Amino acid sequence: MEEKSSSFDVTFTVQELKKYLPTQGPLKDYIFLNTLACFQDLPFHEAMKRSSEIFGYKTYLDLNEYRDFYAKGQIRTDILEKVLIEHKGAENLNFWKQKLIDQDYQIRINSRVGKLREAWKKFLKIDVDNYVHLNLFRIVGAYLDQGISIWNFPANKKGLRNSLIELEKNSFSSFFRTNRAKKLLANKSIGIKDLLDILVGKEALYFQYIFDQQFEHQGWSGMVAYLEKNPHVLLEKRAINLEDFIFLELLLEIDTLDDRYAGQWTALGLLAKNAGKDLFAPTRNVEIAEVLKLWQEAYEWSYYDDVLFYLAKQEAEPAQKNVSFQSLFCIDDRECSFRTYVEKCDPQAETYGTAGFFNIEFYYKPDGGKYLTKLCPAPLTPKYLILEKAHKYIHKKEVGFSSKSHGLIIGWLLTQTMGYWAAFKLLKYIFKPSYGNTTVSSFQHMSPTSSLIFENTGENHTEHELTVGFTIVEMTDRIEGLLRSIGLIENFAPLIYVIGHGSTSANNAFYSTMDCGACSCKPGSVNARLAALMGNHPEVRKKLVERGIHIPEETQFVGGLHDTAQDLMVYYDIVLLTEPNQQYHLKNQAVFNRALELNAKERSRRFISIDTKKSLKFVHKAVQTRSFSLFEPRPELDHATNSLCVVGGRWLTKNVFLDRRAFLNSYNYKQDPTGAFLLTILNAVTPVCGGINLAYYFAKVDDQKFGSGSKLPHNIVGLFGVTNGIEGDIRPGLPKQMVEVHDPMRLMCIVEHYPEVVLEVLQKAPNTFEWYQNDWIKLVVIHPETKALYLFKQDQFHSYQPQHAVIKTSNNLEHLVESSHTNISVHQLTKV
Amino acid sequence: MEYLLHYFLVIPLLGYLISLLIPSKNEFAISRLAFITLSIQLAFAIGFSIAWLKSGHRDINLAEFSLYKTQGYDFLIDLYFDRVSALFLLMGAFLTFLITYYSRFYLHREQGFKRFFNTILLFYLGYNIIILSGNFETLFIGWEFLGISSFLLIAFYRDRYLPVKNALKIFSLYRIGDIGLILAMWLSHHLFHENVTFGKMHNAELVSHLLQKHSWEGFFISFVILVAALVKSAQLPFSSWLPRAMEGPTPSSAIFYGSLSVHIGAFLLLRTHPFWEHQTVIRVLIGFLGVLTCFVASMMARVQTSVKSQIAYSSIAQIGLIFLEIVAGFDNLALFHIGGNALLRTYQLLISPSIASYKIKEQLYTYEPREKTIEDSFPKRIEYSFYILSLKEWNLETIIYQLFISPIKKVGQKFRFFRLKLGLIFFVAIYITGVALLFMKSAIPKFLENYLPGFFAFIGLLMVIKAFTERRNVQLSWFMVMMNHFWIALAISINTEIHYSTMAMYLSGVIVSGAIGFVAIRLLIKKEKRITLARFQGHAFEYPRIAFVFLLACLGLAGFPITPTMIGEDLVFSSIREDQYFLALFLAISLIVDGLALVRIYARLFLGPHVKTYHSIAHKSS
Repeated sequence: MEEKSSSFDVTFTVQELKKYLPTQGPLKDYIFLNTLACFQDLPFHEAMKRSSEIFGYKTYLDLNEYRDFYAKGQIRTDILEKVLIEHKGAENLNFWKQKLIDQDYQIRINSRVGKLREAWKKFLKIDVDNYVHLNLFRIVGAYLDQGISIWNFPANKKGLRNSLIELEKNSFSSFFRTNRAKKLLANKSIGIKDLLDILVGKEALYFQYIFDQQFEHQGWSGMVAYLEKNPHVLLEKRAINLEDFIFLELLLEIDTLDDRYAGQWTALGLLAKNAGKDLFAPTRNVEIAEVLKLWQEAYEWSYYDDVLFYLAKQEAEPAQKNVSFQSLFCIDDRECSFRTYVEKCDPQAETYGTAGFFNIEFYYKPDGGKYLTKLCPAPLTPKYLILEKAHKYIHKKEVGFSSKSHGLIIGWLLTQTMGYWAAFKLLKYIFKPSYGNTTVSSFQHMSPTSSLIFENTGENHTEHELTVGFTIVEMTDRIEGLLRSIGLIENFAPLIYVIGHGSTSANNAFYSTMDCGACSCKPGSVNARLAALMGNHPEVRKKLVERGIHIPEETQFVGGLHDTAQDLMVYYDIVLLTEPNQQYHLKNQAVFNRALELNAKERSRRFISIDTKKSLKFVHKAVQTRSFSLFEPRPELDHATNSLCVVGGRWLTKNVFLDRRAFLNSYNYKQDPTGAFLLTILNAVTPVCGGINLAYYFAKVDDQKFGSGSKLPHNIVGLFGVTNGIEGDIRPGLPKQMVEVHDPMRLMCIVEHYPEVVLEVLQKAPNTFEWYQNDWIKLVVIHPETKALYLFKQDQFHSYQPQHAVIKTSNNLEHLVESSHTNISVHQLTKV
Repeated sequence: MEYLLHYFLVIPLLGYLISLLIPSKNEFAISRLAFITLSIQLAFAIGFSIAWLKSGHRDINLAEFSLYKTQGYDFLIDLYFDRVSALFLLMGAFLTFLITYYSRFYLHREQGFKRFFNTILLFYLGYNIIILSGNFETLFIGWEFLGISSFLLIAFYRDRYLPVKNALKIFSLYRIGDIGLILAMWLSHHLFHENVTFGKMHNAELVSHLLQKHSWEGFFISFVILVAALVKSAQLPFSSWLPRAMEGPTPSSAIFYGSLSVHIGAFLLLRTHPFWEHQTVIRVLIGFLGVLTCFVASMMARVQTSVKSQIAYSSIAQIGLIFLEIVAGFDNLALFHIGGNALLRTYQLLISPSIASYKIKEQLYTYEPREKTIEDSFPKRIEYSFYILSLKEWNLETIIYQLFISPIKKVGQKFRFFRLKLGLIFFVAIYITGVALLFMKSAIPKFLENYLPGFFAFIGLLMVIKAFTERRNVQLSWFMVMMNHFWIALAISINTEIHYSTMAMYLSGVIVSGAIGFVAIRLLIKKEKRITLARFQGHAFEYPRIAFVFLLACLGLAGFPITPTMIGEDLVFSSIREDQYFLALFLAISLIVDGLALVRIYARLFLGPHVKTYHSIAHKSS
């Protein structure tokens, strides 16, 4: 009965498969995503349980790690009890507490996926993958190669299968060993199902077989699926689809078995009597999953509770009269400390946080550039193109990467000449690190001396089917939106800085992950500079006045870029400043420089190789050197430890030490009673910060299956992916070095507004709302007037009372950051 | 001045021994020690080389000391220094010096930080022993150090499947080279009637005199040396191991597989040059394989899509050229070429993670759809055929497997029926007969006496093959390996008059390490109940100490240098007469498989993905 009903549908299977495969693209197109977005329609803990049972992921920390935290007091007893009472009722408190703290559990993470194909080993005594994977990966790798191989896949225009047919037809040699496989390849009427008939022979099992097979190398499968969907990201155009890929793998399997058993073997479906559970059958309830869930909640709330306690007791400050300058930064958690230092170095300065694309979405093409770069959050699809002009690109050749060094004769010459030169280079790189061809720096993204073509003067200039530049109205819309969303519509200082951010690193395949998440993991320099140019545009100013934003004529915007690894800043178009503003700028620059040093010092506390207590100059220098040292796998710690997102006035966080753990988005509820801007903010902030947070969460809890393990043995394949060694799977996750100091907890988003308004706003954006409804991000609202806290739970806001009683204060930030290499808890910063 | 030479071994040896004692938490002390060791070594190497050049750069031959001596047998540690050693010494010290500094930061917080530095120092010690060795025996000690430390470095990420699989594969291949060396040692011992020094090999008159009389032996020795060199330098048909060695942290891949290890084959050829240079057949063979490697490896380099394998293959192609240069007599050019190739490939591998950012940046500004490659001008059929072959690495993996591993496995599978009890009774019976025969040697008929040693050695070989292919019973496998040594002892005792104290030393090494290994296995069984040899179980995750002790036991039982077993083995070998090719071959193969079987047991029990899945475990394919 059952077999009849479960007929196999290739298209459906492949579609289902794509849902669950990793969705990360090639290295240059990295973006932060919820690694388990495929389960986002389920409540968080349910998703953890289910994905673990189906795919064998580890979705929480080790049980012992939680118990350690508890023993050290990092998980608080009062919070643990509160969590237990809330979930299990007061009467079961001790019962569960004992389980969490003492009970022994035999933990075995076993996946459903992969069970069926084990039969090959069990019955035929053959590890098919050992024979197939290497061939499969190198064929597909060679086909897709974007610039490592010198001799390209000869036939590559018509899709993977057709190219293979073409190759096989015109060759004396073959990728296959047996005739049947060759014939099956050439016969276009043969499809996946026909191959499964041979291999498995029992239709009810086909679906699971494909899942089993593809999840043996989800990295490659995911990459193929991504490239099928986004073929434009490849410079070397290659048509590929997942079906061809699966077809090839099945074919190689048949070939292997035919070869091994001279064509005499039994299909898997006839061997494996017991196919195991249906992959997507309902998940079991196991106690250990419950225990881990409770621990995780207690772990998170031990931190959240502390934070909420401090935030709820902040006092709003009266608006400053003489603001020396205003500075807009990205919401990025790495700007969190920097803003504190800017304000500390110049108490009259004001800082703001907003998503680092500064409300301007576009594609960017540098002068002489061959392809476009998207500079806005990944989900947006811009219609505009910004061109860079008058930038002469000078490309320094690096012999180490030259394909000529791999030739026989030129290689012979090169080894004997450049070989010895390389010895000197090595000495220099290692003992005196400096910028070089191995360095990627955010400052290279755009030349400060070039000019940008950003104005659409109506002559319908299009390139790549995009409009070049924005009209005055479009510019005004963006600048107005930018200023209103952060609440900066009056009391303008003479200079308003718009500072994007990017990073510097050397020898780092994951360089993209360090740039601005709101700019699709690219540096935010162009966006910052554009925002300033638009804001200074006289026509835009006029229009802004019409819309009620009166920016004084003297006030000028200045674009800039903060390099978060080196803690350096550059400013754009300074020559355009008026004479007095030039003077102000010099003064402000000194403030920024000092703040950068202090920021470097705070960061350095996590780097064992740097003594934080040394002089500011020394530490700053050491931090810079680190960023371009070949041998430094952690040029900076990126988003590690991120855990908060605050949408509200600066008064909420200004005097609180948050240890660089918070995304800060400025927002003034008073100017936005209906929450129109809040909606835009949440729509941008939720996927960006949530994506970052969860990418880190998962890479930390399972650094092998979600993360890409240690980056030290990594090898770059085809310029698009990273593998271990030469025959491994592509590893799309974050490397261990980036996440090892991370605390895997969900983001808590704290919004300053009336709960009912926030709820109303979220209901308008179901995609955004889902993150909160299913608990992938926690949401707390601070009532602007009463300062009361409301926690979003089961589709409603509930009043929340922090447990905390003692308050930790510090009047010397520098001492505070010197005090520990590891996390420092929240502190109230007081004036001396 | 020559007496300073042995400090080049003492310094790394001391560094290595001290590094074992530092607690693994203390990253700073470990890396500092390695760095200081290498700094001293480098400074000393530079000073020494300059002084040596100034004083007329004459070759130095230094008989250091006897490791073991009986009548008619002297295991002599002998050192030799000439321009070849000088280049390798400087190159090795310079690169390892850089890498120890580099890795101090690079490996910060890595699991196995200490293990890494320990292994690097051991590797470096082995390397120095090889390049300064003055005879085959000394060279062989270094050779074995290099083999085992390579295994440990490749399998550095011991909790993943692929590194462990590849480490085992490469170790097996290395053992083929080892057979070559053992046989070369044995036969040259008979040819020269002593443990010949390389200094003596440079005596052209003596060599040509000997070769005239013993041209077959001369050819055989040269041939097995060539095999060893081909394996170590990844020349055809052994090329495919090199890219697969790139599993460890990038800096270790960079110096060891990019430069030091892979040029040892060329070193061996240079070192034994005077011995084979007048043998035309050998020279033609080296030349032929060199040329073939050049072309095939270049093609493979061109189709590689991963940066490390591309560098590996282009390095192999250059070494093919180096072999040609050596054969053509351009020794100085070859030396210069070795230095350049080693430095360039190290550099390329170290910066290899940057290739993504560099090329992507380059493409942003300079991308043109790729120009036609030279191969496009070939007839289509030729082009496609070569492309497919190159991408498939010319089936080298399969060829090597079919040639060397598969026969052993096939023999082993014939003994599936063999169970512990049955085996014990049967073989103990034969063994007792054998021992009885030994005591009544005079009573053995003449015709039997010639065949008995071979017969017993053959039984030993079967035992160890069984051990190598056993899939279930760990204890049985271990026991078989031990038994093998007893059979060898019996075979040799019947073969020649051999002093019982020699045998006692040999077997005491076997018994002691055998017993320690047994205890370790029992302990593991007690804790884990079910252990098997059918798959990797990764128990080092929970029992790193047992794993370490067991590894030592394996080394002891495998006759790792300076263990009693090793000296015993060497003795045993020297007592085989030069006409007993079969006996020598049986013993050589059984010692090789012995090592394989032991490392396999170790890997299956302690390495690979952990069977207990309560923590993060990598996919098998990653």
